[in-house]
Amino acid sequence: MEQGIIIEGVGVTYQTASGTFEALKDVNLKIEPGEFISIVGPSGCGKTTLLNVLAGFLKSNTGQACLDGKPINGPGPERGVVFQQYAIFPWLTVVENVAFGLKLAANKTAHDRIDEIVDHFLELVGLQDFKKSYPKELSGGMKQRVAIARAYAVNPQVLLMDEPFGALDAQTRQFMQESLLDILEEEKKTVVFITHGVEEATFLSTRVVVMASKPGRIREVIPIDIPYPRKASVKTTPDFVKIRAEIDKVVREEFQKQRQ
Amino acid sequence: MESDKEGGLMTDHSSRDAVIQTFKAVKKRQQIEKIGYFIASFVLVLVVWEVGRATHLVNPKLFPSFAAVCRAFVQFLKDGTLLAHMYASFVRVLIGFSLGIVGAVILGFLIGWFRVVRLIVDPLVSFFRALPPIALIPLMIIFFGIGETSKIIVLTYASFFPALVVIYQALIGLEPIYGRAAQTLGANNWEMFRKIILPQLYPHIITACRVSLGVCWATLVAAELIAAQKGIGAMMVEAQNFFQMAPLVLGVLLIGVISLVMDSIVRAIERRATAWQEKRT
Repeated sequence: MEQGIIIEGVGVTYQTASGTFEALKDVNLKIEPGEFISIVGPSGCGKTTLLNVLAGFLKSNTGQACLDGKPINGPGPERGVVFQQYAIFPWLTVVENVAFGLKLAANKTAHDRIDEIVDHFLELVGLQDFKKSYPKELSGGMKQRVAIARAYAVNPQVLLMDEPFGALDAQTRQFMQESLLDILEEEKKTVVFITHGVEEATFLSTRVVVMASKPGRIREVIPIDIPYPRKASVKTTPDFVKIRAEIDKVVREEFQKQRQ
Repeated sequence: MESDKEGGLMTDHSSRDAVIQTFKAVKKRQQIEKIGYFIASFVLVLVVWEVGRATHLVNPKLFPSFAAVCRAFVQFLKDGTLLAHMYASFVRVLIGFSLGIVGAVILGFLIGWFRVVRLIVDPLVSFFRALPPIALIPLMIIFFGIGETSKIIVLTYASFFPALVVIYQALIGLEPIYGRAAQTLGANNWEMFRKIILPQLYPHIITACRVSLGVCWATLVAAELIAAQKGIGAMMVEAQNFFQMAPLVLGVLLIGVISLVMDSIVRAIERRATAWQEKRT
């Protein structure tokens, strides 16, 4: 049985008023366990569609995506999702949000274990002082850390992140990127990360996937050979700047093509 | 270290507490002011009332003094008739309102869930919603007589449709992202309903109760005015028949006061249930 995520010949088409729209065409990608894959590309290239297929929200018309040899047919706790719009439950406190998944029948967990796990992940994301707070009392960055802790709590193999830091200001974003790497250093996961930011993708990933549009497809997969743990200072090193420029060039080309 | 980068205000506990203190003080002052104006507005009505009688702007024979109304209140309270009337009215409202709300919640969910039910029920809802409950009273009296059944049916009807519309609107306006998030954590259908949909609907159900209770109460008096031996409406009709103006005005005031009290009770529940919501004020 093959470990990790295998995307084979995945195609997704939508019927629209003006005809058939090919959101994804023949996408192939193999993701090893523990990899951090970022997906970048112009809007409309199918990044989110691909993530939705992996999350199980969307069925592909052709091909198949598998996790550890099992075809993905719907959402499930082995694939945690972190959404751009936070999506933490506003009617629950921080603790209750993180404990939510653990109290479901699918992840049956003993009561005292729940407290332990919740405490552990709240500490990991640095929110141990905000246990009883409601989401409306938290900043955007804090909300997203609750969402990460909530996804982590049910111990998924894969984290699917859809522009998770897209709604945050530049400073917070920077900080969240470092936090995410710290968290992954503690608890390794396979990550698929959608972003518009080439710098963000370069900083976080083991490989960056650049997608092209019309039809949505993979244009290029670029490995980032910079050792972990990475700190923010790495962004100014020659190696980083070089790879970043390389990815930027490809993304820019795709962006230009789309505008024509 | 991260608190330095994010939300510096949060870590400065002393200044944060000071801000909360001032905020609380301002809120308290505003509250006292509000109560003051509340009392003042009723005093104003009383003044207009008595001045109107004194200057014969309104006929004093047709409109009793406030003191006379108070005397009527005390007298009715003593001989027990007032409580009997109020009890009869409350029981009717409670039964009709409860049946209406339960029905509205159930049908609301069916409409929100099944497209077929929505398509069939939608036009009917638009029709019946526009039909005032009072219009049903004569028909119900012929069908069910002047007993409790006809009144309770009218009250159930009165509370059912406003509640249905509120719940149905809330259901189709639910944020799908919370359901998606729950699915990725492994929630099954029952858990989705109980842990995601119900908590989001809860505030709307209370709003539905508030609207329905108001409509129900208004309809009740109309139903009692036409046919009832007991109830506040019946008490008013009796007073009208014997040209007793003080009990008649007392009835009007009581209806207003009871509505107000019931509404503030539901509002208090609403505030507690929606503490988590971000208020846009």
